[in-house]
Amino acid sequence: MNRAAAPAGSDAPPAGSLGREGRARRLLARPETGVLIGALAVYVLFYAAAPAFRQLDSLSTVLYQSSTLGIVGLSVALLMIGGEFDLSAGVAVVSSALTASMVAFQLTLNVWTGVLVALVLSLAIGAFNGVMLVRTGLPSFLITLGTFLMLQGLNLALTKAITGTVATDSISDMEGFDQARNVFSATLTVGGTDVRITVLWWIGFACLATWVLLRTKYGNWIFAVGGGQESARAVGVPVAFVKISLFMLVGFTAWFVGMHQLFAFNTVQSGGGVGNELLYIAAAVIGGCLLTGGYGSVFGPVVGAFLFGMVSQGIVYADWDPDWFMFFLGAVLLLATLLNLSVRRRATAVRRTRGKAGRA
Amino acid sequence: MTAGTVPPLVELAGVGKSYGPVRALSDVRLTVRAGEVACVLGDNGAGKSTLIKIITGLHRPDEGEFRVDGEPVRLSGPRAALGLGIAAVHQDLATVPLMPVWRNFFLGSELTRGRGPFQRLDIARMKRTADAELRGMGIVLDDLDQPVGSLSGGQRQSVAIARAVHFGARVLVLDEPTAALGVKQSGVVLKYIVAARERGLGVVFITHNPHHAYLVGDHFTVLRLGAVELSAARGAVSLEELITRMAGGAELAALRHELGQAAGGGAGAGPGEDGDDAGT
Ligand SMILES: Nc1ncnc2c1ncn2[C@@H]1O[C@H](COP(=O)(O)OP(=O)(O)OP(=O)(O)O)[C@@H](O)[C@H]1O
Ligand SMILES: [Mg+2]
Repeated sequence: MNRAAAPAGSDAPPAGSLGREGRARRLLARPETGVLIGALAVYVLFYAAAPAFRQLDSLSTVLYQSSTLGIVGLSVALLMIGGEFDLSAGVAVVSSALTASMVAFQLTLNVWTGVLVALVLSLAIGAFNGVMLVRTGLPSFLITLGTFLMLQGLNLALTKAITGTVATDSISDMEGFDQARNVFSATLTVGGTDVRITVLWWIGFACLATWVLLRTKYGNWIFAVGGGQESARAVGVPVAFVKISLFMLVGFTAWFVGMHQLFAFNTVQSGGGVGNELLYIAAAVIGGCLLTGGYGSVFGPVVGAFLFGMVSQGIVYADWDPDWFMFFLGAVLLLATLLNLSVRRRATAVRRTRGKAGRA
Repeated sequence: MTAGTVPPLVELAGVGKSYGPVRALSDVRLTVRAGEVACVLGDNGAGKSTLIKIITGLHRPDEGEFRVDGEPVRLSGPRAALGLGIAAVHQDLATVPLMPVWRNFFLGSELTRGRGPFQRLDIARMKRTADAELRGMGIVLDDLDQPVGSLSGGQRQSVAIARAVHFGARVLVLDEPTAALGVKQSGVVLKYIVAARERGLGVVFITHNPHHAYLVGDHFTVLRLGAVELSAARGAVSLEELITRMAGGAELAALRHELGQAAGGGAGAGPGEDGDDAGT
C-alpha cells in the first residue's frame, strides 16, 4: 500500500511491485489467517448442529464469553510477542476483584476507592513479575509460576482471614456501586439485542492495541525484544522498560476483568481464576502468536478468544455433554496450531525460493 | 604511514589489555583513516575480539592510548562509541530475523510524526529512506516487508552495514562478517565493505581469512598471541607473505615437517601446503 505511494518523489525505480500472487502469499503468511479459517469452521459446525446457536442473542452471549477471556488475552498476546509468558494472569484477575471488594467493604469506603487500590495492586503485581525477570534473567515461566502459586495462596488465606468464608461479602448496596457497574458491567440494548459492555471494551482495547503494535515505536520494540533481545539492546531499544511495561499491561487487563466480575456478581469467590491463564495463552497461540516471541498480531488472539467463546457456548446450545468442553478446546488448540504452522511454513518457503530466484 | 594534516579517525598506540593473568593484548598499534579498510588478522585467541571491544567501547585498555580524531578518549560504553561515530556490526547481533527489513533498519531510531499520544511511526518515510540507503549500497530488495530472516546471510550483514552507515557511522567495525558465509555470500559482504570505503568511512575488518582481507584491505595488521606480528600497507606485503605470517612462518615449517613425518615421509610437502589454507 505504502509502496505505491513511496517512489513518487524519488527518482529510483520502484522496488519490484508485488503482483496478485505476492499479495495472496502475504495474506497467507499473516498470523491470523489460520485462526480465521478455524473460527469459520467452528461457526459452521455449531450453526449446523445447534438451531439455538443461530439466534442473535446467542451470538451476543458468545461475544460476552469471549470478551472476558479476550481482554486479558490481548495483553497476554502482546507479552508473548515480546517473548514472555504470564502464568499468574488467571488468579491475578481474582486477586484484583478480591482486593477491590474487601477494601471497600471492610473499610466502608466508596467502591471506587477499592477499584483504585486494586488497580495499583494489579500494576504492582505486573511490575514485580517484570522486575524479577529483568533482574534475575530467569525464564518468565518460572517467575510467573511462582507468582501464580503465591497469589493463589494469598487469595484463599487472606479472604478466609478477613471475611471468615471463601467468598467476599456483597457490595451491591455500597456507595458508587451502580456507577462502577455501569462502567465495568453494564448491559446495553443494540437493535433489540442485549450486549454486555465488556464486548465494546474488548473491541476498543483491541483497536488501540493493534495501533500501538503496528504504528508506534513501542510496538516496534515489542517485536524486537521478543524476536532478538540482544540485537534490540545493541541498537538502543530499552529492553527492560518494554518487558516490565508489558507485564504491567497484563496487570491492567487482569484488573479490568476482575472489576467486571466484581460488579457483575457483587461477590467474589476466592478460589477462582485457576486455569484461565492457560486459556489466555492458548487464545494467543491459536491466534497465531509465536510461543517463542517476535511474531504475532492482536487481531489473531481476538479471533482466538472468539473461537473459545463459540466452543464453550456452542456445546451448551447443541445440548452436548459440557464435560467435553475441555477436550474440544484442546483439539481446537492443536488443530489451529498445526494449521498456523503449515500456513506459515508454506508462505515463507515460497517467498524464500522466489527471493533467491529474483537475485540470481 | 606518514601522518597527513588530518588526524586518523581512530588510533591505538601501545595498547595493552589483560584479563586477570591472561595477557590478551600488548603494545598494539592500529590506525584507521577515512576511506581506508584496515584489516586485522590472526589465529584463534590472537586478541582480535579484544581489540574491537576496545574500539567499540566495551572494554577500556589497561595501558596505551586510544585516540579518536587525534584526541585521547576513554569510552564509557558502546553508546559513547556510537556518539563518536564508531559503529560495530556483530555477526549475530546485527538484526532481528522475524522483523521486516524496514523495521530492522530503523530499530531503536524510528522515524515518527505527530506529537504526544498521537506520535506514530512514519512508515512511508522509513520505507523510502531504507530503500534509498540500501540502493546506495547496491542492495536491491524486491520487498522491504519481508522478514530479515528470509534474506541470505550476506544480505543480512549488508543491511546491518547500510544501517550503520545511514546513522552516521564514520568508523565501521566488522567482527568476522564473512566467517559463517559461503564464497558467494562473502563476496556480497566484501562488496559492501568496498562501498562503505567509497563513501569515505574508515573500516576495521576483522577476519580469519587472508584471502578476503587481501581483496579489500588497504592496511594489514596481523596479531599473534596479543602482539603485532605484522603491520604493513597493501603495497608492502604480498598475499603469500600475509598467509605465512598469519600462520607464523617458523611454526609452519615445523608443522610441515611434523606432517611429513606422520605421513611416513611419503607425501612430502603436499599436505603441508593444503594445511595453509585449511588452517586459516
Ligand atoms: N573475558 C575474558 N576473560 C578472560 N580471558 C579472555 C576473555 N576474553 C578473551 N580472553 C583471552 O584473551 C585472549 C584473546 O582472546 P580474543 O577473543 O580477543 O581472541 P580472538 O582473536 O578474537 O580469537 P577468535 O579468532 O577465536 O575469535 C585469549 O587467550 C582468550 O582466552
Ligand atoms: Mg574473536
